[in-house]
Amino acid sequence: MNHRTSLRRVALALALLGSGLASAVQAANEQYFPLQSYRVGPYAAGGTGFFGGFIDYMQYVNANGGVNGVKLTWSECETEYVVEKGVECYERLKGGLNGAPAAATNPLSVGIAYATLERSTADKLPLITINHGRTDSTDGSVFPYVFPLQLNPYSEVSAIVNYIGQRDGGIATLKGKKIAVLYHGSPYGKETNSVLETLAKNYGFELTTLEVPHPGNEQQSQWLNIRRLKPDWVILRGWGVMNPVALKSAQKVGYPVDHIIGNIWSNSEEDVIPAGAAAKGFISITTHPSGTDFPVLKGIQKDVPDKGQGNLADAKRFGTVYYNLGVVNGILNVEALRIAQAKFGEKPLTGEQVRWGFEHLDLDDARLQALGAKGLVQPLKLSCADHEGGGAVRFQQWDGQRWNLISDWVQADRGLLRPIIEASAAQYAKEKGITPRDCSKEQ
Amino acid sequence: MLYQEAGQLARRYAAERRIFRLRQDRIGLLLLLVFAFVGVPWLGNDYWFSAILIPFMVLSLAGLGLNLLTGFAGQLSLGSAAFMAVGAFAAYNLQLRVAGMPLLLSFALGGVIAGLVALVFGLPSLRIKGFYLLVSTLAAQFVVEWVLTRFSWFTNDNASGVITSPPLIIAGVDFSSPQGRYLLTLGLLVLLFWLGKNLVRSELGRNWMAVRDMDTAAAVIGIRLLKAKLLAFAISGFYLGIAGSLWAFAYLGTVEPHGFDLSRSFQVLFIIIIGGLGSVLGNFLGAAFIVLFPILLGNLSALLPVGVIDSGQLENLQKVLFGALIIVFLIKEPEGLARLWQRFRLRLRVWPLRY
Repeated sequence: MNHRTSLRRVALALALLGSGLASAVQAANEQYFPLQSYRVGPYAAGGTGFFGGFIDYMQYVNANGGVNGVKLTWSECETEYVVEKGVECYERLKGGLNGAPAAATNPLSVGIAYATLERSTADKLPLITINHGRTDSTDGSVFPYVFPLQLNPYSEVSAIVNYIGQRDGGIATLKGKKIAVLYHGSPYGKETNSVLETLAKNYGFELTTLEVPHPGNEQQSQWLNIRRLKPDWVILRGWGVMNPVALKSAQKVGYPVDHIIGNIWSNSEEDVIPAGAAAKGFISITTHPSGTDFPVLKGIQKDVPDKGQGNLADAKRFGTVYYNLGVVNGILNVEALRIAQAKFGEKPLTGEQVRWGFEHLDLDDARLQALGAKGLVQPLKLSCADHEGGGAVRFQQWDGQRWNLISDWVQADRGLLRPIIEASAAQYAKEKGITPRDCSKEQ
Repeated sequence: MLYQEAGQLARRYAAERRIFRLRQDRIGLLLLLVFAFVGVPWLGNDYWFSAILIPFMVLSLAGLGLNLLTGFAGQLSLGSAAFMAVGAFAAYNLQLRVAGMPLLLSFALGGVIAGLVALVFGLPSLRIKGFYLLVSTLAAQFVVEWVLTRFSWFTNDNASGVITSPPLIIAGVDFSSPQGRYLLTLGLLVLLFWLGKNLVRSELGRNWMAVRDMDTAAAVIGIRLLKAKLLAFAISGFYLGIAGSLWAFAYLGTVEPHGFDLSRSFQVLFIIIIGGLGSVLGNFLGAAFIVLFPILLGNLSALLPVGVIDSGQLENLQKVLFGALIIVFLIKEPEGLARLWQRFRLRLRVWPLRY
């Protein structure tokens, strides 16, 4: 890749010299995505699927002429989901590649996102944490460069609680119910505990939180606790190997699997297939369905894997939850680039300009139809004050073979969450001495 | 030729006892320090500061902390990361809760608190030795991690249990740029290494070595084991605590209790085993090997054309190579890289003669 692009650059530079238009800085008409990926370690299943989908989508865009003629390039740096490695990768890749400026980072790890949050802001490089991240970064006036797209952790648990209420016949029935939360012992896992307590107080249900230490392959004692407690519902806030182990342990202690609700990182095929029959009936939340029927996925299939360029080592994973999330993430990044290009010109853009694009991301049904992603991506509109945009989820159930959608879109109670988010962002701003932007003056 | 001692005669006892007796060593060290303080900030870029030099220096410091305890005093410990965590969280809470607390003082007090915690976990060393002591210090690892996650007071009730760095301002000067964080780390590193090197040559250091080599004999010649062992734990904890603060604030800028887990303790232990037990220089060599070598491999493999080797496999290949190198080094020189350097230095002193 390096050789090829540098050859291309040389050829291009010579051509430009010939026409007397030599411009060394913009010689490569390319936009670069630094990928802090992880393909080994306990979370490899998530990393290979997500980055596979993201890379395949970028290849698909390139095969169809790039973004208004600007080609996308990328390079990978292995993080193993380890914070220090993620920081090292961030510092290594942030400067761009062969003159192509970096557009945004997508670490897919809360720990790494936390560690690079201030760096991203200082370096003016957007930090995208799709479906996860630091919740109060939803408030773009304090966190201009951070985007927890689609669904932040608070919206996620709020939607789960709303769904439980709905199933049992109205949110009022939550009173007196027992809900246990089994969470991954990491910043990601803990992120929602405080808001769950708020929700518990609000709706009057009894909350128990149980931590599973990283990586989560030993949960006997937690599940024995659950058996003693007999909760009405268990919310599984897992990640990687923790999920199948949870489902198997649940079966061992005899807890009904159709009363376990997996969160956004416990909702993939890789989470249920290793658990075998124990996973049948497991419910989980999702922002996007799995499947290959969407026109955009058909297009990717035709232009990338069918030509032998697919990024997945196991072609069968095409169209799974993680892969599709990578595609969704690709779509959102590329659309932000497109919107920014409409303002700043059809050329490689700086991180600062791409940030503007993210903040003005506006995907309605018509645009999603045109992208071939209707039903795959939810309609999304971001603004200076709201860096999340969507906040809606659906629920799916595993039947032993595939995920079936079992609910319509369920909205998070964003009105209830917003003041908590704003208070938390304001506290952060105070600690760090940041003056929040005035969103009414943003263009 | 250049590196020989002919004509360098000590005329005073003080000159005889100095740490670097060779003039070339002194000049070399001075040049190195000038380069580190002046040259590097001028030449380096963000990547070098934030991703390579700072973690290398912090882990060297942690290595020294453990080396004082294990390499010099002979007490095995697997609680290094726990003491780093205590230092970092103590410094954070001091900054947060005591108004007007100077940054360096909070680092130092964080170190003192870590030293006290280490002292408590060092008490079993009076009765048990070797691998049994190793297991009992393992308790520190689990207890500290558990306490810091269980009681959210330590993380200022942060929802995710993550603490972020206070502003790095010392006497009105802002050290939060990559260069600033580098200089802050370097300054503390030089100070603490100077202290450490002198410490191991002092009476206490010699007591430690006597205890390490045979504690019954040491007791017979009148060394108080209680004092020597507990001081080793406390001072080692102090060093590790400061290393923890630097790791959290100067390097990552944010940290969670699980950032100081058992694998970090192992990392520090490997640094001193590969670098050389009972050596001050060895900490640098070991940290360079453990920290920098994987980064070098990663950078080299990034130069390979994409698609030749699957990126997941490439990552595993690097681990295989790294593991193989550790084995080769330990076979070639079981006493660590420091001993290898010492042999090289001896040869250099007589070069170009054979001996």
